[in-house]
Amino acid sequence: MRHATRLAIGPAAFRIGSDWRAPIAALDDLYRDYPKPEVPDFNVHLFAARPWRKFLRPAVHIGGDYTIPDAAPLPLAQGLLAAEMGMNLQMALAQRRFLLLHASAVERGGRAVLMTGISGAGKSTLAALLMARGWRLMGDEFVLIDPATGLAHGFPRLISLKNQAIAVVRAALPDARFGPLLPGTPKGDIRHLVPDARAIAAMAAPAEPALLLFPRFGFDAAERPVPPSEAFVRLTQASTNYVHLAERGFDALTRLVRTVPARAIDYPDTESGIALVEALA
Amino acid sequence: MTPGWRLAHVLRAPSLAMDFTAREWTELFAVARAEQMAGTLAHRLNGLALPAAVQRLVDDAIASAGQVRLAALWEAEMARRALAPLGMPVVLLKGTAFAAAGLSPSVGRNIGDLDILVPRDRIGEAEAALLAAGWEWVKPDPYDDAYYRRWMHELPPLIHRERDRMIDVHHTILPLTARITPDAEALLAASEPLGNGLSILSRPDRLLHAAAHLLADGDLAGGMRNLWDIHCMFASGASSGLTERARRHGLIREMARAARLSHALYGTEVPPEWQGLGVIDRLYLRRLTARDGWGRQTRKLTRLGFYARSHWLRMPPLMLARHLWTKYRKGYRPVG
Amino acid sequence: MTSYRAAPPETLRIVPLDALTLIYHRASGITHVVDAPVPELLEALGVGEFTVDQLLATLQDRYDLLDADPAALAVRLDELVQAGLVERL
Repeated sequence: MRHATRLAIGPAAFRIGSDWRAPIAALDDLYRDYPKPEVPDFNVHLFAARPWRKFLRPAVHIGGDYTIPDAAPLPLAQGLLAAEMGMNLQMALAQRRFLLLHASAVERGGRAVLMTGISGAGKSTLAALLMARGWRLMGDEFVLIDPATGLAHGFPRLISLKNQAIAVVRAALPDARFGPLLPGTPKGDIRHLVPDARAIAAMAAPAEPALLLFPRFGFDAAERPVPPSEAFVRLTQASTNYVHLAERGFDALTRLVRTVPARAIDYPDTESGIALVEALA
Repeated sequence: MTPGWRLAHVLRAPSLAMDFTAREWTELFAVARAEQMAGTLAHRLNGLALPAAVQRLVDDAIASAGQVRLAALWEAEMARRALAPLGMPVVLLKGTAFAAAGLSPSVGRNIGDLDILVPRDRIGEAEAALLAAGWEWVKPDPYDDAYYRRWMHELPPLIHRERDRMIDVHHTILPLTARITPDAEALLAASEPLGNGLSILSRPDRLLHAAAHLLADGDLAGGMRNLWDIHCMFASGASSGLTERARRHGLIREMARAARLSHALYGTEVPPEWQGLGVIDRLYLRRLTARDGWGRQTRKLTRLGFYARSHWLRMPPLMLARHLWTKYRKGYRPVG
Repeated sequence: MTSYRAAPPETLRIVPLDALTLIYHRASGITHVVDAPVPELLEALGVGEFTVDQLLATLQDRYDLLDADPAALAVRLDELVQAGLVERL
């Protein structure tokens, strides 16, 4: 591929190749403080399906070591998003070292709070705002549980902020680094936030899971304990590789739900969400 | 050396990788993944003094292959349970057969769908038993269905509604439309019982099936892995009786070519008359190893040629025209 | 007479949580989330082979069953056969 870069996020290392310069330049800028691995775990390809589509209405197809047949292409202006989706895709399809949970996580004093839920539950926003309040950001998309130790490893990629959350987080973090505004993506407007220096410096440091949260945005404030069996089922649904880890996955997940308290929280707005998380943690 | 050839060389002699640069390691795994051979490569490399980042890739690929093997063997077991009351021979084919019998090609091997061979006159019973045990049709399309039943060497694929795994029930190892018609009764008669109600093909028939699958059945996709199967089978025992058996099935040309390709690619020890390469063999080798350092297929023109060729081999021309027309009207285009 | 055999105990990892029980089946790699009476059924089946009537008798001995219904038991067993945790012989 004509343009390429390498970067490591937490314990996962990527090589990204592209038919165009722009997505690689954007990655090199926003991930400039991240390590560059020698041998990556995964390769991501951003490519034109036909040679002339490099120039004419360029559409970025997302591929890599592992692909799904019907991944829709994105316009070149959203090449950065395509690169992020390509990395996520490799993790979702082929991560085999850790139990992968679709969750955001923050850490304080060695204790990690894991927040999982469907898209739109506010995982990324909560994680970004908690980072603004002094928590160490571990990641806004994936948390990796080491089956050998039970510890949570972070995946602090660029934080993907959507629609209204963009302004909320900009107000909370006026000095932070942001990527370009990407209007009109399949998920609405997206703007990436670079995790703070502390999150990047500590990205290889795992933490003990201390609390599992299942947040829901847009409901009256409420909180209830989640029994281990319910947490187990919900986390298998939030994991892309539970089945592939076989017995290691079973061990990791049963250990997590038996040792870590779990709560479902409903919150009407981000302030009350933050307050709920900090009260429980 | 191209990245595809480098993979072949490392599979053949893993210590060649010991002085690889980071870039060469990166490309090696990219190609191995594209060829569905990461687990095979990992088992070949494991135990050598590897860089830490490479050892991690090796460990992951070995664990992943272990889970794939477990799931494949379980599908075979569930098919066995579903078909046992019928008392008919059930022969495992390809990857699942290697794994169930603990044969050398199975080490680290990726295994896809479950392929089984049953007697042609009892395939309806097998179908009914599988449907009763939770398998369902994948293709509701009546044309596809009629096409499969009439011309292919298998039932339309079935998928299990709970486990989401596919089974292909064959009654021979090549489509009825192919010019070559292997002797299906002889395949069944010579099959070797595993002791649990399932069988695998005899040793020569396993080799011949792999050769047929590589050269008379597919578009060479996954060809490096197919040839590795053949390489391992040649390496694990004498090939006595193979020639006679190949003649009986009408697969002597395919077997000879597969042996020549395996010899060229992996240095397989094959009889002297199956060494040396012709012009067509060289084309095949180019196609087999056509991967760039990202694992992407290169030389697209060769690829298209092989796609059309694959269809020709499976179907007489008039039938091909009818098939493509029916597909075309449904908005289907060959993948280029 | 149809008889049934459970997956060998060494192939099952049974982890009771609150109301439900997790069963990891090593032979299949599948995790089953089950409610009563599945763990009890598997335990009663143990390592032997049982007909429905024999199993019902065993369960009555152990658990003081009030509603001993062979048809209901057969339905439960068929579910376990589908799941691969029990084999119909």
